[in-house]
Amino acid sequence: MTAESCSLLALAPDDLREFALSDFEKSVPRWCPGCGDHSVLTSMQRLLAEEGLAPEQTVFVSGIGCSSRFPHYMKTYGFHGLHGRALPLATGIKLHRPELNVFVVMGDGDCVSIGAGHWLHAMRYNTNMVALLLDNHVYGLTKNQTSPTTPQGHRTMTQPRGSYLPPVNPVSAALGITNASFVAQTAEWLPPHLYATLRAAYEHKGFSFVRILQRCPKFTEGVFTGFIEHPDSVQLIEHGDGVAVPALARTYKNRIQHDPRDIDAARSLAEADDITRLGVFYRNEDRPTYDELRAIPQRPVEEKMRLLSEELDRHAI
Amino acid sequence: MAISTTVTSTPAIDVASAKSPPAATRLSQHTVEVVSDSGEGAQKCGQIFGAVCAKQGNGIWTVEIIPAEIQPPAREIDGASGNRIRIGSGPVTNWGDQANVVVAFNEQALLSRHRLGALDDHAVILIENMWATHPDGDIREQWAAAMDELAAKPYRVIEVPMEERCLTVVDNPALGKNMFALGMLTWLYGLDRGHVCEQIADTFRGKSREVYEKNVALLDLGSHWAAENLGFRFEVPRQAPTEPMVVMNGNQAIALGAIAAGMGLVAMYPITPATSASHYLAEIFEKFGGVVHQAEDEIAAAGVALGASYAGKVAFTITSGPGLALKTEFLGLAVTTETPLVLVDVQRGGPSTGLPTKVEQSDLLAAIFGQPGDTPHVVLAPATIEECFHIMITARRLAETFRTLVVVLSDANLATGVQPFPRPAIDPAWLAAAPDLSAVPEGTRPFEWDPQTGLSQRILPGQPNGMYTATGLAHDERGVIAYTSDVHQRSGTMRSRKMAVLQHTLQPPTVHGDESGDLLVVGWGSTKGAIEEAVERARQGGHSVSSLHLTFLSPMAPGIKDIFQRFKKVMTVEINYSDEPGAPYITDENRRRGQLAWLLRASTLVDVDCWTRIPGEPLRPGAIHEAILAHLPKGGAR
Repeated sequence: MTAESCSLLALAPDDLREFALSDFEKSVPRWCPGCGDHSVLTSMQRLLAEEGLAPEQTVFVSGIGCSSRFPHYMKTYGFHGLHGRALPLATGIKLHRPELNVFVVMGDGDCVSIGAGHWLHAMRYNTNMVALLLDNHVYGLTKNQTSPTTPQGHRTMTQPRGSYLPPVNPVSAALGITNASFVAQTAEWLPPHLYATLRAAYEHKGFSFVRILQRCPKFTEGVFTGFIEHPDSVQLIEHGDGVAVPALARTYKNRIQHDPRDIDAARSLAEADDITRLGVFYRNEDRPTYDELRAIPQRPVEEKMRLLSEELDRHAI
Repeated sequence: MAISTTVTSTPAIDVASAKSPPAATRLSQHTVEVVSDSGEGAQKCGQIFGAVCAKQGNGIWTVEIIPAEIQPPAREIDGASGNRIRIGSGPVTNWGDQANVVVAFNEQALLSRHRLGALDDHAVILIENMWATHPDGDIREQWAAAMDELAAKPYRVIEVPMEERCLTVVDNPALGKNMFALGMLTWLYGLDRGHVCEQIADTFRGKSREVYEKNVALLDLGSHWAAENLGFRFEVPRQAPTEPMVVMNGNQAIALGAIAAGMGLVAMYPITPATSASHYLAEIFEKFGGVVHQAEDEIAAAGVALGASYAGKVAFTITSGPGLALKTEFLGLAVTTETPLVLVDVQRGGPSTGLPTKVEQSDLLAAIFGQPGDTPHVVLAPATIEECFHIMITARRLAETFRTLVVVLSDANLATGVQPFPRPAIDPAWLAAAPDLSAVPEGTRPFEWDPQTGLSQRILPGQPNGMYTATGLAHDERGVIAYTSDVHQRSGTMRSRKMAVLQHTLQPPTVHGDESGDLLVVGWGSTKGAIEEAVERARQGGHSVSSLHLTFLSPMAPGIKDIFQRFKKVMTVEINYSDEPGAPYITDENRRRGQLAWLLRASTLVDVDCWTRIPGEPLRPGAIHEAILAHLPKGGAR
C-alpha cells in the first residue's frame, strides 16, 4: 500500500513537530552496565530527534540476542522477531509500507550466523532501510558461546580451548555482495563517529549496512582494549561523501582519504586484518532499491472489481 | 480472443462425408487418458480436450499425470506424463475409477498406466504403432513384451500410425502427435471443431499464425484418420449450464481468491505443487496493485509475509510440506504477536521430499500442531476447486478478525485438477479496506484483550499514539515483555479463547445422506467428490451409509460428536498413512491411524476407525466403495 491509499496520513509533509531525545525513550534498558548497546541506543535516539523522524512512522525490527531488545527501548513501532530473521520481516514491512522509516538491529549471531542467508540477499535486494550489526564477537544472551566473529583463540563455553577458526570479516563479506550500496564500520566507544555513521546510513537511499564494533563487558572484555588505548591502531576513513569527524582529529591521527564510490579500494581497505578501519567503505546511490523496483500503483476498488471480472472472463465457459 | 473470428475459415477436412459416421454409444460418464513421454504434449492435448468438453456443457474433472523431473529419459515407465479427463453428463466431482479410453504415444507410458490399474478391463487403447517396426531391435522387443503383458486384459487395442500420418504435415512429429490425438478424440466424442480450434488458438496465443494452422491441420488429420478407421463413437450427453460458469485449476482458484480477498502481497519460494499459483499471480497480480515476492528461502517467505501483514493488509505465503516445516517458527511468531497471516499448504506426498508432484493429505497434524509451544490458530481445507477460490476470502477475514494465523490445506489433486464451477459473484465487500491509520487514544494497548473473547483491536505502524513492539517473548496487554505466571496464563488463555469464539460462530457440518444410520464416512479436503460418489453407490446398493466432510479442521465445527452418535460406526477416509488392523505386530493399542481419525478420536472420544491409502494419486470412488462395504458394521445391510 502506498501513501495515497492510506485513509489518513499521520505524517503530513508539513509536520512541523520537533522532537527531543526523550521523545524516543521508553523503558530503562536491561543491558549490563558497560554494555555497548547503551551507546548505540543513545546515538539512535539522538539521530531520530535531530532528523525529526515521527515515532509513529518509524519501525525498529530486530532478531534475538542482547542487542535485539533494542526495539523495546525505543518509543517507536517495533518488531522483535526471530533469531536471524529480522531482515525478512523488515523487507515485508517496507514492501507493504515503503513510507515507513525502517531500522534493523542484529547481533553477530543473528546477522553473520543463523541469518547469514538473509543478510546476503537483503544486501542484494537493496531495500531502503538501515541495518545495524551490533558486533560484540560473542553470543551474550545465551551466556558466552563462540560466534562467527569471535577472534581466533578466544575462549568461550563452547570452545573452551579457544575458537578454532579465523573470524568472518563482515565488512569484506558485505562488499562482495552484488548490489551492495552502503557499507560502513564504526565503534560504539567513539560516540561522535558512531553518530556520524548512523546519520550517513540514514541519509543513504538504499540498504545501509553498518557494522558497529561493540564491547561486551561480560564475555569479550578486552577484545577491543588495544583499539581503545592505542588510537593509532584505528584508522579513520574520511571523505566528503563518507564521514569525517573533526572532534576526533586530535586523538585519531591515523586517517585515510577514501572515495566511497571506489569499490576496489573499499575491498582492499576492508581486507586488511592488521588494522581496524572505521568509516564509510562504500556508498553508491545509483543502485536500484527493491522497494522502488517493486512499487506498484494501487487500484481503486471499482477498478479492481472490473479487472477481476475480466480475469474471470478468461476462465469463462 | 482476438483470432477466434478467423478460426473457422481454416479449410476443414470434411470428416462427415468421408464415411457415414457410426452411431455413438450414449454414456453418462467416461474417462479418457492421454499419456506420452514428457515434452510430447499429451498434457496440452488433455487440457484442450477437457476445456472443450466443459465449454460444450459436460461436467469434467481433470488430473495431471506428471513425473517429478522436467524431461526424464524417453520411453521409461516412471516417466509417463499426461492427463486424465473424466467427463460426465452432469457435474463431475472426482477423477473416477478406471479409464475407458487411452491414447498412448508409446507402449511404456501405456504399460505404466496398466500396471497402476488405471485402465478399465475393456478400455479402448489407441497406441502409436511406430515402435513395432522400429529399427532398434531392443525397442521392438519392448513393444512385443508390452503387448504380451497387455494381452492379459481384454483391452481393445487399436494401433495408430500417428508418426507416419503426422509426417505428411510436419517435419518433427514429436511436436504434433498431441494435436493428432486431439483430432481423434474430437471425432470420437463428437466435439465441435470450431470450439476445439478456438481452444487451440488460446493455447498458442502469442505464437505465429503458421503454428496455429499447422496444429489445426494435425487436428483434422487425426479426426480424419479416426473417421476412416474407428467404427465406433461415444456420446456423453451435455447440458447447457443454467448459470455462468468458469473453469480453472485449484491453484488458479487460490490465486484469484487471494485477489478477490483484497490481499496485496504473496511471499513464496518455489516448491511443487504450490508454485503454479505464484506463476499465475506473477502474471496478473501487479495489475491489481499486488506483489509476488520470491524470497531467498521458505523461512524468509514467511517472514516477509508476516512483516507485510504486521504493517498493513493481510499477506500470504504459499508452500508445500517441506516449506511448511521450515516456516514453523514464524508461524508461532504470528500467533503470539497476534499478527494476521494466511499460509497455503498445497500438500504433496511425504515425509521429507516425498512425492513432489503427487497428492497426499499427510500435513494435517503438522498444520495444526506443528508449531512448538501452544499456538492456537485456524486450519481450513477446501474440498473443491470452487472452494479453493472462496476459502481465500474466508481465510483473510478470519486472520484479520481473530488476529491469528490461518492455514489453508489444499493438495496436489486440487492444485492441478480442473473443474467448472459457477462464476463467483464477486463482491467489493470481500476486498480488505485500506488500513485505517488514524490516531488511537493515548494509552491504547496493542493487546487490549476482551476478557470474554480474547479479541483485541490491531494497531498498525503509522497510527499516532499506538507505538508498541511486537515480540515473540511472553508479553502483557501493552506488548511489554512479561515472564510472570499470571501474565503467561492469561495471554495463553486469551489466544486460545479466540478459537472457541470462532467455533461458536460455525454451523454444524451437513451430513451427506441420512442423518443417522450404520456407517458414517468422514473426510476432509480433496477427497469429497470421490467419497460422496462411493457413498451414493453404497446407498444404491441398499446400505445405510452417509458421509460428513469437514472444512474447519481447527477449530472444528460444533455438533460433530452428536452426529457421530447417530451412527453405529464412524470411519475416516484419507490419503495418508495408517496401519492395517491384523498386520504383523499391529494391535488396537499400537495401531497408527489416519490423521483425521486421531483428531476425531481425541476430540469426541468416539472409537473412530479409518481406511487410508498413500497411492500417490487421488482415491478412486470404487476403492472407497469397497472399503465402505468392508467396514459396514455386522448385519448392517437393510
